[in-house]
Amino acid sequence: MAGAAVAVAALLPVVYLLVRAGEGGWTAVSDTLLTERTGRLLARSLGLATAVTGASAVIGVALAWLTVRCDLPGRRLWRVVAALPLAVPSYVGAFAYVSVFPWLTGFRGAFAALTLLSYPYVFLPVAASLERIDPSFEEVSRSLGNNAAATFRTVTLPQLRPAIATGGLLVFLYCLSDFGAVSILRFDSFTRVIYQSYQSSFDRTPAAVLGCLLLAVTLVVVSAEARTRGRARYYASGPGANRPPRVTRLGRARWWALLVPVTVAVLALGVPFANLVRWLVDSVQADVDLARVWRAAGGSLLASGLGALVTGAAAIPVALLAARHRSRLAAAVERSAYVGHALPGIVVALSLVFFSARYLTSLYQRLPVLVFAYLVLFLPLAVSAVYTSAVQASPALDEVARSLGKRPLAVLRTVTAPLLAPGVAAGTALVFLTCMKELPATLLLGPTGFETLATRVWSATAIGAYGDAAVPSVLLVVAAAVPTWLLSRRLGRQAAT
Amino acid sequence: MSDAGPGVHGVLALGVEISGARKSFGTVTALDGADLWVEAGTLTAVLGPSGCGKTTLLRAVAGFERLDEGSVSVGGRVMAGPGVHVPPERRRVGIVPQEQALFPHLSVAANVGFGLPRGPERAARVEAMLELAGLAGLGGRMPHELSGGQQQRVALARALAPAPSVVLLDEPFANLDAALRVTIRTEVRRILRASGATAMFVTHDQEEALSTADTVAVMRAGRVVQAGTPDEVYRNPADLWVASFVGDANVLPGELVGEGKVACALGVLECRGETGAGPAVRVVVRPEQLRLTPSPVAGAVLHDRQYFGHDALARVTLPDGTDLVARGTAAALPPDRAHVSVGCEGEVIAFGA
Repeated sequence: MAGAAVAVAALLPVVYLLVRAGEGGWTAVSDTLLTERTGRLLARSLGLATAVTGASAVIGVALAWLTVRCDLPGRRLWRVVAALPLAVPSYVGAFAYVSVFPWLTGFRGAFAALTLLSYPYVFLPVAASLERIDPSFEEVSRSLGNNAAATFRTVTLPQLRPAIATGGLLVFLYCLSDFGAVSILRFDSFTRVIYQSYQSSFDRTPAAVLGCLLLAVTLVVVSAEARTRGRARYYASGPGANRPPRVTRLGRARWWALLVPVTVAVLALGVPFANLVRWLVDSVQADVDLARVWRAAGGSLLASGLGALVTGAAAIPVALLAARHRSRLAAAVERSAYVGHALPGIVVALSLVFFSARYLTSLYQRLPVLVFAYLVLFLPLAVSAVYTSAVQASPALDEVARSLGKRPLAVLRTVTAPLLAPGVAAGTALVFLTCMKELPATLLLGPTGFETLATRVWSATAIGAYGDAAVPSVLLVVAAAVPTWLLSRRLGRQAAT
Repeated sequence: MSDAGPGVHGVLALGVEISGARKSFGTVTALDGADLWVEAGTLTAVLGPSGCGKTTLLRAVAGFERLDEGSVSVGGRVMAGPGVHVPPERRRVGIVPQEQALFPHLSVAANVGFGLPRGPERAARVEAMLELAGLAGLGGRMPHELSGGQQQRVALARALAPAPSVVLLDEPFANLDAALRVTIRTEVRRILRASGATAMFVTHDQEEALSTADTVAVMRAGRVVQAGTPDEVYRNPADLWVASFVGDANVLPGELVGEGKVACALGVLECRGETGAGPAVRVVVRPEQLRLTPSPVAGAVLHDRQYFGHDALARVTLPDGTDLVARGTAAALPPDRAHVSVGCEGEVIAFGA
């Protein structure tokens, strides 16, 4: 019951956005929806997401193959380095690119920034599954007369398809929901246009309608991927020996191959890192208001802490429900990790602004609404963390405990709770750190005068006060490194199934 | 044919008594009036094909399933019956689930001590149980650090620690590989014997049931069709189905030709069983009863000989086309394609046709 209640509450903003968009009547909707402008917006957003996904797939597969299956010098180190760009919040990365390459704006800029920051979503699952593919498939192919290249194309690549699809979907959804990078690089994709429309105009119906459209697009993408996945399962790694994968000897060429991870690392990590250092140097000269930074850090701790506690607690009944009723619900939980990425923060924020402004005026622009937005956005993240533990707490354990004389409440205390604890702790920590770098919802829903590290970076850079942005940016990148590491482990495991 | 009630056994200590147990899940009937009487201090195998209701029977004794009808008593105390359903935690019935279900967050010692009251005796009891289970010194390990066989013994020690009235084991050897299975079987039997516990285990493997248990209860379609010592069940099966399910059986048509005599494709043989039935009967001949002698002029042919080392199996086709399975030591069994004469040693079993 509790599990179902949480799930329904999490859907509230989506439903209300639909209601709000429809309020102006059909003409108001069609005035926004059926225009050439909206058509172009749709084309731009999908074009960007497609281009970034394609480029990420190429970079991700190439890096994975080089670091897992080739004798690249220092390949273990490069595997770690290749995952790190995930830790850079898109707005921090975008600021770095545009300050180093001022001409890199619009489509080109957004394409470059988003590709460099999101290719690890493809890299991680592909690397994991390259490691697990049974080498005998490739040996059979070679024995049947296919050379290395033909074997890669006809045997290895098809087996990587589920991993590439998983990662590609995450990249695509990341592009659709990203707000920071496209805003800073001035590329008019959905999130930026929705934000501008909300900020500049009295009539908020267009923003709501566009929010619904963005939501519809993400849903179509997720369900389309789900359908290809059904067929793709056929390719999932078969049973058989757990032998280590074959390593291709590149010979001399390996030094040239080394240029690939080096170039990617310089662009994806070196540039933002160098820029942060420059900002730090600036900040020493610029006499930064450090007290304000600490206040912002306090704001981040408060909002993210509350968000994490509430979300972690709410995840428990949902995860238990899913773990105890396998099959359908379990599949839904697995998928909901994607939906978490799919639900753009700006859309959730917008819906809650409308809702609280009308029905919860006492809470309008107060902390509880922001915390609820975090719950909606990151519940799937927490549930998938708790789910891993909840599966361990199988009903058989409950039965054994009862046969040994424990009453149901004692079973809960001595068996179920201790087993869930690690998952709940991990989920809460993950949500906490993800809330820290969340930007659009915090921007829209944060109380007046309330600052977090993310909004501090945003507002400082908006007026060119890069020195002011340095310390909060560094704090954010450090905080984001932890969920990055956890996510990379989770993606690795997913590819195994 | 089920021997329900102490009358059959005379005066014996009360273990588990199940009578008229019925249980349906929707339209599926899992238990259809099952009766079983388990003597205290013995090991009973509940043997049956999958879907015969044996696991449901076990879960009803443990208290995880509520019976629709019938009753369950453990140690003379009614646990389930009309208007009675004692919750699992008050039954003193230990369970060892198929997957063992060791608490992954607790050490081996904490697993074994889980059902024991806090107090000074707890540690000593845990030590004693670990000792009994051959796990001395492993109390500090976590379950995942143990081998499959060790996990099995921890699960058993955990169930036995609170000295339950009865211990139930669900397919206890199913997840072990073949090489380990025999060793663990012997070990589990030793531990149960040493603890003096009453135990029931469920299996679909007739060899496992015959070799491990004191009593074998054969189930079919929600009923216990026969219960007895392994020898009784093998030598005097209750019906043709039990005869074929417990052990290998050659079934031949035959005709009663006098007191304890039956005529069949193997000639006139001594028989027991349903000798009062009409003249037409079905005759059960165990493979090891067949004696094959090479004889160039005989009409029967041996084929498909399978060599196992300790013994061998072969098929024999009689001149009339009847196919039989024969078992013997490898030395006694003639080579493939040999012409043999077929004899039969000992009594065969007759059932009304």
